[in-house]
Formats: sequence, C-alpha cells, structure tokens
Amino acid sequence: MDMLKRFSRSSLALPLAALAILLLFNAIFVDDFFKIQMMDNGNLYGRPIDILHRCSSLIIIALGMTFVIATGGVDISVGAVIAISSATCCVMLGGDISGIPHHPFALAILCSLGVGILAGLWNGLLVAKFKIQAMVATLILMTAGRGIAQLMTDGQIITVYYKPFAWIGDNIPGVMVPTAMIIALAMILLVVLLDRKTSIGLMIQAVGINPVASRYAGIKVTAVLFAVYVFSGFCAGTSGLIEGSLIRAADANNAGLNMEMDAILSVTLGGTLMIGGRYFIGGTIIGAITIQTLTTTMYALGVPSDCLPAVKAVVILLIIVFQSEKFKQMFREYRMRKDQLKSGGKGGKEAANV
Amino acid sequence: MSKKNSGGLLASPHFPFYVTAVLFIILFGAGSVIFDGFFSAMNFLNLFNDNAPLIIVTVGITFAILSGFGGIDLSVGAVVALTCMTLAVLMRDTQISPFICMAIVLVIGTAVGALNGFLITFFRLQPFIVTLGTMFLCRGLTAILSRDSVPIDNELYGQLAFMSVPIGEGFLSLSAIVALIVVVVATIVLRYTSFGRGVYAVGGNEQSARLMGLKVNAIRLKVYMISGFCASLGGIAYSMSMLSGYTQHGLGMEMDAIASSVIGGTQLMGGVGFIPGTLLGVMIQGSILEIISFQGTLSAWWTKIVVGILLCLFIVMQAVVTARKNRFMSLTAEGSAKKEKK
Repeated sequence: MDMLKRFSRSSLALPLAALAILLLFNAIFVDDFFKIQMMDNGNLYGRPIDILHRCSSLIIIALGMTFVIATGGVDISVGAVIAISSATCCVMLGGDISGIPHHPFALAILCSLGVGILAGLWNGLLVAKFKIQAMVATLILMTAGRGIAQLMTDGQIITVYYKPFAWIGDNIPGVMVPTAMIIALAMILLVVLLDRKTSIGLMIQAVGINPVASRYAGIKVTAVLFAVYVFSGFCAGTSGLIEGSLIRAADANNAGLNMEMDAILSVTLGGTLMIGGRYFIGGTIIGAITIQTLTTTMYALGVPSDCLPAVKAVVILLIIVFQSEKFKQMFREYRMRKDQLKSGGKGGKEAANV
Repeated sequence: MSKKNSGGLLASPHFPFYVTAVLFIILFGAGSVIFDGFFSAMNFLNLFNDNAPLIIVTVGITFAILSGFGGIDLSVGAVVALTCMTLAVLMRDTQISPFICMAIVLVIGTAVGALNGFLITFFRLQPFIVTLGTMFLCRGLTAILSRDSVPIDNELYGQLAFMSVPIGEGFLSLSAIVALIVVVVATIVLRYTSFGRGVYAVGGNEQSARLMGLKVNAIRLKVYMISGFCASLGGIAYSMSMLSGYTQHGLGMEMDAIASSVIGGTQLMGGVGFIPGTLLGVMIQGSILEIISFQGTLSAWWTKIVVGILLCLFIVMQAVVTARKNRFMSLTAEGSAKKEKK
C-alpha cells in the first residue's frame, strides 16, 4: 500500500497508467495484439514490434526536445529539420534507378547529421547569443526549413533505389530487430549516460529553473543552451534519416510533418513541465510509446487516419488537466473534505455517546 | 542631441510599425519597378481580397499573443477548417439559411476559444499545449464531419461570396471589407477601451496588472474567445473564396498568422503590438506571393524562405531594440538620479 502510494506520487505514474490502460484496452478488444512472430527471413513481426519500430524516430527527437524544454525553451523546428536532413541524404545518394549512389553512403549519413547539427547551431545562436524567445527563434527555421528542403530536392520527390538506404528504416539483413529501434536504443543509452555520469543534466535543470542564478553560480548558460539546441538538431538529423529511409525517398512536404507537436506532447505526457526545470527521460520515452500505441490502436480499430487527431486531442487535454497543479489542489481539497466529513461524523457520534 | 533623438525613435512603441511600413513600401515598390502592371489599384486591392481570411485570423491571434503568459493560439487554422466544413455540411444537409449557418459557426469558434481560455486560466495550463490540443480536436472533428471535400453550392452563399464594391479600377470583395472592419474595430478596442488597455497591462506584467485590480483571468478568457471568434470569421471568409469544406483547409495557417503578427511588430512575450502593423505583416506576405506569381518561374516555396528571412530580421531587430531601450532607460534613470543628488 505504501509502495503504491509512493508510486502514485511519482512522475512516471501518469504516463505509465495511460500506457497500461491503452495496452489493456488492446488486449481485450484487438485480436492477437501481443503476438510476436518470426518472419521467414528471420525478422520479428507483430504489433508490439510495429509500435516500437514506428515510435523510434519520435523517441529520438523527443529526447532532444526533453533537454530543450528542461531549459525552459522549445524547439518547434524539428519537423522541418527532419525534412532537410532526409532531403540531404536522398540528394547525396541520388535517384538513379540503377541503385548506384552518387556519393558514398557513409558521407551522406554524415552530411545529414551535420545538417541537423548546423540547424541546431543556428537555433542555439538565436536563443543563447541573441537571447530570443525559443519559440520565436525556432519558428524561423520551422517556416523556412521546408522551403530549404524543397530547394534541395527541386520541389520533387527523390526516390532512392540504393538498397542499403532502406536498411535504416527497415532491418539490416540478418538482424532480427528493426534498425530504427537499435538507433533509438543507442540514443537512449547515450542520453542516460550523459544524464547519470556527467553534470550536464544538473546544469540543464539549473538553467531551466533560473538562468540568472545559474550564471552567478558559475554555469556557462550560453554554452548549455547551445548544447541542448545542437543536440536537438542532431536528434532531428538522425530522425530524418529514419523517416527518409522508411519511405526510401525525400518528401520535403510531408517528412516529419507535425513531428514537433508529437515530440512536445511526448515530453509533456512524461511529466516534464513546459516552464523548464526538472525533466524525466523515462517519462518522455513512455510518452512517445503511448502516443504511438494510441495511433496503432486507433488504426487497429479502423478509425480513419484523419479522424485520429480528435481522439488524440481528448487524451492529451485530459492528461494535461490531470497534471495541472490546480487539479491536484482540487483533488487534495476534495479528499480533505471527505476525511473531515468522516472524522466529523465520528466526532459527532462520540459527542452523542457522551 | 541627435543620439538622444535616435534613442527616442528606437524607444517609440511604434518603431517596429514604421519598419514594417517602410519594408512594405520597399517590397511593393520593387515589384512595381521590376514588373509591368504590378503597380495598379487592382493589384493593391487584391492584397486585401486574397488575404482577407489571414488578416482576420491574424488580428485574433494578435490578441492572444498580446495577453502574455506565453499567449498563443495554435488552434486557429483548425478552427478555419472546422468552420468551412460545418458550413458546407449544414448547407448540404439542411435548409437552414446561410446567415443562420454563419451565426452557428461563429458560436462554435467562440466556444472553442472559450474552451482554450477556460483551460488556460482555470487550470493555469500552457497556452501552447492547450491550443495544440484543441487544434488536433478541431482537425479531427472536421474529418469526422466528412473526410472528403464538400462543395458549397448554396445560391445565396455564392452570391455573397462574389459580392464586391468597385473602387476605382478595382474592387473589394465582401470578405476584404469585413477584414478591414475587423482591423479598425480591433485597433479601436485595443487602444481606446479599458478592456484593450487591460490586455496590454496583463501581457506586459501580470503581477502588476493583478495588483492594479484588473481581473486577469476574465481578460484572458475574453482574449481567447476573441481569437476563436476571429478564427471562425476568418473561416467564413476562407469558405467564400474556396466554396468548399475540406480537412486540409487552413493547414499551417496558424504559423502564417504568427509570422505575420511578428513581422507586424507584435512581441511574442506579450504586451507589445499594434494591429495596423499586423495588417501590414499580412500584406508583406501577400506582396511576396504576388511578386513570385508575377515572376512566374519561381515556385511558391520561395515565399516560405523569404518569410523566414524576414521573420529572422524582425526578431533580431526586436531583440536589439529591446536591449537598446533598456540601456537607454537605465541611462536616463542614472541621469535623473545624478541630477537629484546635485
């Protein structure tokens, strides 16, 4: 009971509960939801794998977003950066039907990641150096980013026939688990290591709570801000590779569309507040999985894709209301009143006995 | 002396507005010099005719931004889509007069705004997240009404849509006139009513506003209702130009509106902004589009890049102006303090 109480107060309780309810719902209403099969070619296959596979790129950008939000900022340019990054990779590889890449694959990957980091540097410059509000600063790249991606692809969808490119979004031949999941896992490990083994996490929280005080405490606020935006750009670059590889093409209009919104939702679902300060990496990951599970569940139930946002919205609005201080306060007051009524009733009885 | 003057100009609350105005004149002038036939009454009036929905929506979102506390309304684009779809479905399936349909959608838009305002003020939630949620909600509801495009073929509504007032060689459409009325009314409300001044006060410094006895929550609630109302009014204007309802209508309009508002001199921190500047912000975007369409070979996505560059310019300028102003203020404060000592 005590443990249950402590758990219910922990930050992970709400996202985990939401995920549990969703999974329970699936277990009852969707046939064979938890079934994982081995395909003929040795790949794993099944709804749980599908969910984890599809949410890999979301997890990756949500990790970057967590740090950005923890500093009290937000990066709404990630969707556009995904488009730029996937366009870079596809343009470098070229759309030759023979499948011969124009440039080496490794170089293309490095360039995509580099473009992501460049975008992060730009955002960091505006936020850390020019002290521009994060939302406004990243709005610039969000508006211009898709235009830049269009410019790179000449407004066309470049389809890449080079086989290994598909491995990023799919499976590397002979490996059971989708590559995107492995990349996401590696990123999670990297972030957890950074968080546990270095003091960067502490600095990020300090900057998020009070940048002026952190500066007086000797934290290089500018450097920390730069670092989080660059990391977010790097995450978006990685995610862009996965998104591009999933469709084996550069689609400047639709790659990563609304991903920034999903990433921000994952972070807030995970219990990190938009005002900055404490952050929860575990919560973010569970938040991202919850969002993808919700999407997959709805598809499994036959809800058309464009009606999905309505369901998503109701879930989101409910969860943020539950997380709000006001709601918690109302809940506490309600409990207190109930307790008072109980004890008051008892007191009355005792008085009557006397 | 001259230095002080420049400080005074920079410190003027309308400085961004002047810059926007100059920029618009430069853009429109450049277009007129480069292309024959660009400089005409029709072309100028078309800026209003083509951008009427965006003007109305941007005025609404400016209210939300002005009210501070991270004020923003991301749901406007989705409300536009919901409005178009509701109008189309109502006119297809029922015999209700178009005017009553319009009243119904205005109520729906205001209700969405009220929901935003309630969640933001009562639960003290971040406007960004709340309006993101209602954005998804409205888009989803639009798709639930119909996933396919629904044409509006009501005769009376079509007549309304094509109604126009001739001015010189050109004309102003009904929605452009409504947009201009909205701009004028919003300017007057913000400048000359106690509610309008309250909006600036709340956006500038919530704590002081509360200590002054302003009802902060009531003002914010009204602000979001205005934003929702404007979004649905903009939606009606949008449906008049499209004459259909579709889930993809108004996609990304919220970002265009925010960009226009910022280019027009509104500070996203809240408390600083000027509605005529907002109008110019929309017209700058419109001019870029017109220049691109006159040029003929450039694609429309150049608009995005140019708007991004302009946004960047304006935001950096705002940061510089704010820093300058602070320094100017502290200098004058020091000066007066020294005088007092003497």
